[in-house]
Amino acid sequence: MSAPLPSDRTAGPRSTGLPAREAQQQRSDGRRDGAVEDAVGWVDERLGAARAMRWLMDYVFPDHWSFLLGEIALYSFLVLILSGTFLALFFDPSTTQTVYHGGYAPLQSQSVSHAYSSALNLSFNVSGGLLMRQTHHWAALVFVAAITLHLLRIVFTGAYRKPRDINYFIGLTLLVLAILEGFAGYSLPDDLLSGMGLAIAWAVAMSLPVIGGPFAFALWGGRFPGASTFESRLYIAHVFIIPALLAVLIAAHLTIIMIQRHSQFPGPGRREDNVVGTPMWPGYALRSLGLFMALAAVLVLMGGLIQINPIWLWGPYHPYVGTNGAQPDWYLGWLIGALRLMPNLEISVFGHTLVPNPFFGGVLFPGIVFTGLYALPWLDRRFISRERARHDLLQRPRDNPRRSALAAAVFSAVAVVFAAGSADRLFFQFGFAYEGAIWFFRGAFLIAPVLVYVFTKRVCVRLARERAHPLRSWSGQVVVRNERGGFESGRS
Amino acid sequence: MSRLWKAIVAIVVWRSGRSRSRHGTDAVSPQADVASPRYVDPTERHTGASTGVQRAVVLLLVGCAACGFGFLALFVLHPQTQLLGLALGLALALLAGALILAGRRLVPQETLVEERPRPQDDREVREVAARVDASLDGITRRGLLAGAAGVAGAGLTAAVVIPVVALGPGVEDQLSHTPWRAGRALVDDEESPILASDVRPGSFITAFPRHADKDNLGSPVIVVRVDPSELRPPAARAGWAPEGIMAYSKICTHAACAISLFRSPLNPSTETRGPALVCPCHYSTFDVLDGGSVEFGPAGRALPQLPLAIDAATGVLIAAGPMSGPVGPSWWGDNQ
Amino acid sequence: MRRMLLTVAAVVCGGLALSDFAAHGQSSTPAALTSAAAMSSASDGALVAQGHALFESSCASCHGLDAQGIHGRAPSLHGVGALAADFYLQTGRMPLPYPTAQPMRTRPAFSQAKIQSLIAYVASFGGPAIPTVNVHQGSLSRGQQLFALNCAGCHTIQGSGGIVTGAVAPSLGVATPRQIAEAIRIGPYVMPRFGPGELDEADIDSIARYVQSTIHPEDRGGWGIGRIGPIPEGMVAWLLAGTALLLIARLIGERMREQA
Repeated sequence: MSAPLPSDRTAGPRSTGLPAREAQQQRSDGRRDGAVEDAVGWVDERLGAARAMRWLMDYVFPDHWSFLLGEIALYSFLVLILSGTFLALFFDPSTTQTVYHGGYAPLQSQSVSHAYSSALNLSFNVSGGLLMRQTHHWAALVFVAAITLHLLRIVFTGAYRKPRDINYFIGLTLLVLAILEGFAGYSLPDDLLSGMGLAIAWAVAMSLPVIGGPFAFALWGGRFPGASTFESRLYIAHVFIIPALLAVLIAAHLTIIMIQRHSQFPGPGRREDNVVGTPMWPGYALRSLGLFMALAAVLVLMGGLIQINPIWLWGPYHPYVGTNGAQPDWYLGWLIGALRLMPNLEISVFGHTLVPNPFFGGVLFPGIVFTGLYALPWLDRRFISRERARHDLLQRPRDNPRRSALAAAVFSAVAVVFAAGSADRLFFQFGFAYEGAIWFFRGAFLIAPVLVYVFTKRVCVRLARERAHPLRSWSGQVVVRNERGGFESGRS
Repeated sequence: MSRLWKAIVAIVVWRSGRSRSRHGTDAVSPQADVASPRYVDPTERHTGASTGVQRAVVLLLVGCAACGFGFLALFVLHPQTQLLGLALGLALALLAGALILAGRRLVPQETLVEERPRPQDDREVREVAARVDASLDGITRRGLLAGAAGVAGAGLTAAVVIPVVALGPGVEDQLSHTPWRAGRALVDDEESPILASDVRPGSFITAFPRHADKDNLGSPVIVVRVDPSELRPPAARAGWAPEGIMAYSKICTHAACAISLFRSPLNPSTETRGPALVCPCHYSTFDVLDGGSVEFGPAGRALPQLPLAIDAATGVLIAAGPMSGPVGPSWWGDNQ
Repeated sequence: MRRMLLTVAAVVCGGLALSDFAAHGQSSTPAALTSAAAMSSASDGALVAQGHALFESSCASCHGLDAQGIHGRAPSLHGVGALAADFYLQTGRMPLPYPTAQPMRTRPAFSQAKIQSLIAYVASFGGPAIPTVNVHQGSLSRGQQLFALNCAGCHTIQGSGGIVTGAVAPSLGVATPRQIAEAIRIGPYVMPRFGPGELDEADIDSIARYVQSTIHPEDRGGWGIGRIGPIPEGMVAWLLAGTALLLIARLIGERMREQA
């Protein structure tokens, strides 16, 4: 985490109000005392880093819980790197067939790929292997979830506006890469679910207009299930190419934040031209490190206690087998939902297909959603806020009812499609007919955004009028008994 | 799931109670005014950790160390996933507790106000622009140079892109190719030939071409049998279903999943729906009586059918010709 | 799979598919019958008569007075044998609330004695006997392969049940090996059926053994959360991890404010 130093840092007016600190700064006799000063001096003489360290220690983090969502994503990434490195030591990315002779009886002496066999062995025969694999998978689910919540926070508070639009684009790209990275990981073990997921991915790649066939053939090295080199392509993408891109973009994301300083919510003493909050050292560093450890604790506890993706139960994949209720990880649930909701439209001319059906749900729908998200800063300038000023103070959702209502409406449409992706399992539990459910979701996809738009706008307008906070206040009244024995009520 | 639900409800109840008790202490809004008694000075700094807090942090750190050594012992002696996860998770949780407690209660609590660096004027911008303009001083053929650079870029792009597109011409051939030829026998997953007499109404058999790669998308077919009088196939497919036995590609024309569901009503007289093949991924449903046409779901075209014949000598099912169309999902320009 | 055991298998199971195969009468080998069905022919007649009376009062409104079936209501039971009667009655799938309902597993509607008499009555029209399943002779690994190829599409690879357009494939968690074998041969409701040419006795033993193993699978990873894959996993990630992390974020997101 390196950040350039502003040139006139020391000259800037500061209102620390700390007598002890000033006393320290005033001692300039050049002589050092104490081990800490020795250590800092050692570094400073070699790197000239004392000024950078001071700048970093005084870097101010505004106090708000929602600013930690991005940190949760960052720390999930670190957990993913650590656990993934462990897994890479034992995984063999090859689809060459071998006869399974591990400890799991139902697959005994079946012909399986080295990839699947090594994933089973690292789960069953390597000490701590299953713990690491499950922690890795939970971390992946939390990673994308944290990015998504972070994105919602950014959208609903208008944090994507100038000067943070570049960083917003980087963040969106991180989300796209995280989803791709997660899917690649889900596809690596060559179990039944990962194979079915790859088949769908291949069909979606094939469905691209004009380039579909050659594109899918180039990626897979031929027709699905692809050349023997496909597994190693997937592997190199999962363990090197995409993580490297993620790491570079995360570094850029953080650097830009530190150049611009955090945005902040309006409040007493908080202005466009300052940042009010806890300095990095010591309180914030401890809290943030505590968050890292707490996240790691949650992920490791879940990795140890709650089973995730038990690939041995799914069995090996072959293109001619399939299981009911096959699902992708949650972050692709909206795409399987879109594929299922799409009516059986396929555009063709004279017996030649032009637009195959998976294009609509698998490419067009996510394409529209992400194009809308990338265009949001422009849409905001042009249609929502209708101004192009620089903003370092955030808006609360109720401060801009039109934006909040629009974002909530789009989100509800995606949520409906997402729900449709798991409709088969939900309706299996409750016994409704699947076709009816699909028609219900098709209707809800059109109606829900309108209702949500109207509802959200009203709630925002009303909250703004009442100056109430939906989470931090209650709407009751405090009744106090007065000295005359009567009761008086007043807003608390 | 019910346990999970109870836990969530408990957390919500606890959380709402908590937010009520905190009400009023951190009501920070832009309208809050400095004179208000609830106004908190943003630059306040509090020091002085109680000995209780210090002791608690020490205890948490010691607990973390104990769990860490416990993990080590388990790893060596009894590497069971749940115990390992508990030990390492608790060690991390205790460390997190120590760090959070230290961050909030041990070290000084302070708030700083930092100036936000903002561009004061655009003098720097103008200087950069001037430097760029100055680099073109004395160059007369600017348009020509820019054009040449554009040509170079186009050439390089073509050099990179064309090899990818060059894969194109083969795609159609490769995708249309299946191992099925007239006369090729149908075998099951253990290479035993499939006898026509084994295929009975309601049967659902996955078959492959004899001696072919079973993982080839063109290979797997589903063999089913219906009452020939109920068949209403396209006219061109007369004779494709000897004795009502039919074979369809097992690969869905929507997204390449294996069609591993056969809805086969036992008592057709009480059923409004006929026999159909269903894909478990997106529930595309194909009518087996009607040449595999789409009955429901997202698939855009019918399931390819394999014409069948019965070998007179052995009674084994054999292919009577190639598949009726391209197997698997559609692509731009395919020939339906 | 296609080891044609025409000698024994066809006698035991051959007659189930079409009523025109069903000319075997009650010549099934008694060894293949289990429990009360294998009793002396003297009490057999009484049992059949008892079953006939019960059938007329409880089943005949749909299946017809002589179990020959009523078009549009219920099929003929001639030739379905003890196998089908045992399956439908022991799993509570019959009687149906209305003729077009999907037969679902529920508590048996009749007492064990009444079920035996009904089975005897239906078996008196001929058809396959109740199959014997030797789970321990089955191969778990072959069972997994056959289940993946033939059954997982509807019932999921872990036998937890799934959906078809128009019907529900039940969970296999409570199915006994005998009921599994019976269902494979019958193809109840919209399930396809598998004759001895597709799945022989040994194959069924293997499948039953695999299904048994899915009831108590190896949850080495911890709490199994239903073993249906990513949907409950996503819910746990959001509800459990999400709630925990948001609470922690809420806790440490702001500095302590001294209560003034």
